[in-house]
Amino acid sequence: MWMLEIPPFVPFFIGAVLAAVTRGPLRGAIMVLIPVLSAIHLWMVPEGIHLQFNFLGYELTPYRLDKLSVMFGYVFHIAAFLAIIYALHVKDTVQQVAAMMYAGSGLGAVFSGDLLTLFVFWELLAFTSVFLIWARRTERAYKAGMRYLIVQVLSGVILLVGTLFYQAEHGTLAFEFIGLNGIAGWLIFIAFGIKCAFPVAHNWLTDAYPEATVTGTVFLSAFTTKVAVYTLARGYPGTELLVYIGAAMACFPIFFAVIENDLRRVLAYSLINQVGFMVVGVGIGTALAINGAVSHAFNDVIFKGLLFMSMGAVLKMTGRINGSDLGGLYKTMPKTTVLCIVGAASISAFPLFSGFVSKSMVMTAALENGFDWIWLMLLFASAGVFHHAGIKIPYFAFFAHDSGLRASDPPTNMIIAMSIAAALCVGIGVYPAALYSLLPYDTGYNPYDATHILAQTQLLFFSALAFVWLNLKNLYPPELPSTNLDVDWTYRRLMPAIIKPTIVMISRVYAAAAGFISGGINWGINFLSEKNSKLNGMISSNHPAGSMVLWVVVILAAYLLLTFFK
Amino acid sequence: MTLHLPILQVIVPLIAAPLCMFLKQYPKAVWLFSLLASALTLLISALLLQQVLTSGTIIYELGGWQPPWGIEYRIDQLNAYLLLIISAISTIVLVAAQTSIEKELESYRQSYFYMLYLLSLAGMLGIVATADAFNVFVFLEISSLSAYALIALGKDRRALWASYQYLIMGTVGATFILIGIGLMYQMTGTLNMNDLAQRLPEVAETRTVFVAFAFTVVGICLKLALFPLHLWLPNAYAYAPSIVTAFFAATATKVAIYLLIRFTFSIFGLSFSFTTLPLQTLFLLLGLLGVFIASMTAIYQNNVKHIFAYSSVAQVGYMIVGLSVGSALGLTATLIHLFNHALMKSALFLALAAVMYRIGSVQLNQFHGLGRQMPLTMAAIVVGGLSLVGVPLTVGFVSKWYLVLAVIENGWWHVALLILLGSLLAIIYLWKIVEAAYFKPPVHEAGTIKEAPYSILIPVWVLIFANLYFGIDTRLSVEVAQSAAQSLFGVAP
Repeated sequence: MWMLEIPPFVPFFIGAVLAAVTRGPLRGAIMVLIPVLSAIHLWMVPEGIHLQFNFLGYELTPYRLDKLSVMFGYVFHIAAFLAIIYALHVKDTVQQVAAMMYAGSGLGAVFSGDLLTLFVFWELLAFTSVFLIWARRTERAYKAGMRYLIVQVLSGVILLVGTLFYQAEHGTLAFEFIGLNGIAGWLIFIAFGIKCAFPVAHNWLTDAYPEATVTGTVFLSAFTTKVAVYTLARGYPGTELLVYIGAAMACFPIFFAVIENDLRRVLAYSLINQVGFMVVGVGIGTALAINGAVSHAFNDVIFKGLLFMSMGAVLKMTGRINGSDLGGLYKTMPKTTVLCIVGAASISAFPLFSGFVSKSMVMTAALENGFDWIWLMLLFASAGVFHHAGIKIPYFAFFAHDSGLRASDPPTNMIIAMSIAAALCVGIGVYPAALYSLLPYDTGYNPYDATHILAQTQLLFFSALAFVWLNLKNLYPPELPSTNLDVDWTYRRLMPAIIKPTIVMISRVYAAAAGFISGGINWGINFLSEKNSKLNGMISSNHPAGSMVLWVVVILAAYLLLTFFK
Repeated sequence: MTLHLPILQVIVPLIAAPLCMFLKQYPKAVWLFSLLASALTLLISALLLQQVLTSGTIIYELGGWQPPWGIEYRIDQLNAYLLLIISAISTIVLVAAQTSIEKELESYRQSYFYMLYLLSLAGMLGIVATADAFNVFVFLEISSLSAYALIALGKDRRALWASYQYLIMGTVGATFILIGIGLMYQMTGTLNMNDLAQRLPEVAETRTVFVAFAFTVVGICLKLALFPLHLWLPNAYAYAPSIVTAFFAATATKVAIYLLIRFTFSIFGLSFSFTTLPLQTLFLLLGLLGVFIASMTAIYQNNVKHIFAYSSVAQVGYMIVGLSVGSALGLTATLIHLFNHALMKSALFLALAAVMYRIGSVQLNQFHGLGRQMPLTMAAIVVGGLSLVGVPLTVGFVSKWYLVLAVIENGWWHVALLILLGSLLAIIYLWKIVEAAYFKPPVHEAGTIKEAPYSILIPVWVLIFANLYFGIDTRLSVEVAQSAAQSLFGVAP
């Protein structure tokens, strides 16, 4: 077929150009059509390498399609489609163009068959997505975007160094299994890890995502981290270190999510927590575990998207997003409430919802391969997810105390996007075979057996019980208008219970570690900003000719000395 | 005719310069005439390169006098490659010159400008073409003296002072080179580069040769603005007429780098320069220091010409790091970057000439809002800047790629990391310009600023497309650089 070799990022980039020059309904139609057409095209393309050319004497493969990449290809199309519908009402050209470019870069990254092409899309992901954050046009968003960009670009630079070393070690740039031997392996691992929000390197995510625009966050939540999960699944399956990193990622954000007030930031923490499950799956590396990681990534894109969309709707309609300012919205936003609950049920892995059919795969794989402690940690993380994402989000936004806000449901296009996402969540949950048929391996796994359902249901109910009990006893960390930095002040006034100090302590240690890194970045920015006039004066003042000649003499003398006394 | 191409390469602009005087009253005619002369040199250099690539090194004896009595011109791949870069950049810049010069100079000075420009061009081409060490000095003086005058033409009064400082430093540099050449002559009795290369090893272990080498290298390093001998450069570039900056930034330091390569690799020889003497350590250290300190300084500048001038110093640092590797791959990286940096900087400084034409200033705070008012010019600066940073699909990426490969080949992985960190600094100073142009409220009222005239825009975009084209199709830059480097290392290409 003539268009077989067109990689999926091409239609998106063309779409970005078209979105830049068109306005109004025409732009909307083009933007919605692009993912649909591109998905149909992708569906018709068989597996294999479809595009290859020579650059600097290396074989580059910008388009390689196999079972692993195509899975991400599909879900990125779905995510782009949903997010575009959700953002149809947006008139800001910058956002629309950036969103199309960003989605295209994500697709380019998962289909790249060599490290250099991957690096190009890796950086493009950073440069296109940052505009979704800046588009909010506040000082805060600008600064958060800047920090985000620096971390992402740094990750790209590390990837490039790793690639160069990889080339030197192996003589090829093909992106296959890499593994943790040699400098190249470690450098690339770190680069992937930063984008994957590994513990302590995760700050860019929780810092920047909640500062993006209402629609921007929906796009952001879908691509960057999932690209990282894909690259880990491709380059480092079965790397045991990933199991422990993933478990940490699944557990630590729970504490933060519980005390966080900004509900979109709560979701950002739970995003890391879900990615943790995927990383554990990749780390175990068996067929079942990889299947679990990939399918969980697939589902997560949809249900996390749904949750971000519902919180975006709340932010758009009320102008607030802090749990302490919200509440009682179910009366006037009934549709959003229901859709949000579907998303919450999915992320909490209720049977018959999409999260259940994928998360249980990872958990089973952990148990089968003797990672008992990890299994327990994941169990704890599951309970925690249900706690903060399954209950807290809908509860504080739509129920809890009545905030007096009387916002209506959001515009139709947003409702449509959320409804499609919700339908997918339930559809996959009820009929998982459709999802399983796409998976890289055939394991004959069935999530709906008695043990799974029972265990998961028990877990969920006890977790719900805990929430209710804590809430009734006033022990639950309340939603107060505070940020994490103020935690100790907030809590010292309240009843000294055992739970709170523990949570606070764990989150504080974690915050200190993460803060060290982001503090370093901030210090770097400040160091290089104009305020630092002393350094400036020292190196860029004008010099009289005499001092210039002095330097010449110094260099000549130094050189002669080195020559004679070597 | 083709037999005499090597001398025609130099003679054409050299003769054209005084001929300009006949048309003095009509600056526009002078411009067309010098454009023609420059285009002719471009044609000659293209023919020369083709000839060298097909039939090997060309040897030309001036006036039929055999060396060592006569002067010899020797065009090998390295020379031909440099000649092409210089004449191509000169021609493209000259296309834009008329518009910009008409605005920046009084009418009675315009004709002199073209004359000096051609003299300077002839000087640079001469340095590259000749195979006689003393002839190098003569052409060096021709190009430098015209350069001092060109810089002094700048509208800003500080141009005089900058030119004066450049004059002092340039003269010190040229004197050092002359001292070096004199000492070499004393020891070997010849000025022909080829003979020098043969006779120097016999006397290599003498102090006189050590001193000759030290003087030559330090003199050349002054000319190429190696940190910390770069202090003359930023002001000279910033206050000179915009066209002059675009021309010099792309060519002048390149010629000096060529000289350095010629003296260290061909004349003194690799083993002498790198093993007998501690050149490697010195170059690596100064190169890296140059990259970091000059980039940091660039971040603090408020004059965009200053930003890019300091960035030039940093880029010279990369080239010197490439040399310090001391392998064919390292030299290749330097030669590729030579070509690529000429493309980037000429594009960027020409774009600044466009800004200067419309706004009359290149202060950063005057850039506010230009992203919308001069979209094509600003887009060119952004693309050129990305190339400077080394983003894939631009020439900058190709340079960095080879440089890092060369460094890794030597096992200096920490240097590789430093090189890439250095490019992060480039992002920061580029970002300052982007931020001013696209994210700040405009300082100029809507409608008062128009897009730059096409006579400047077209050359700018030709260069920008060259930046992108040679970032993808690297045959010309990489292959010629590779075979030139290999022939300098005595490996059959």
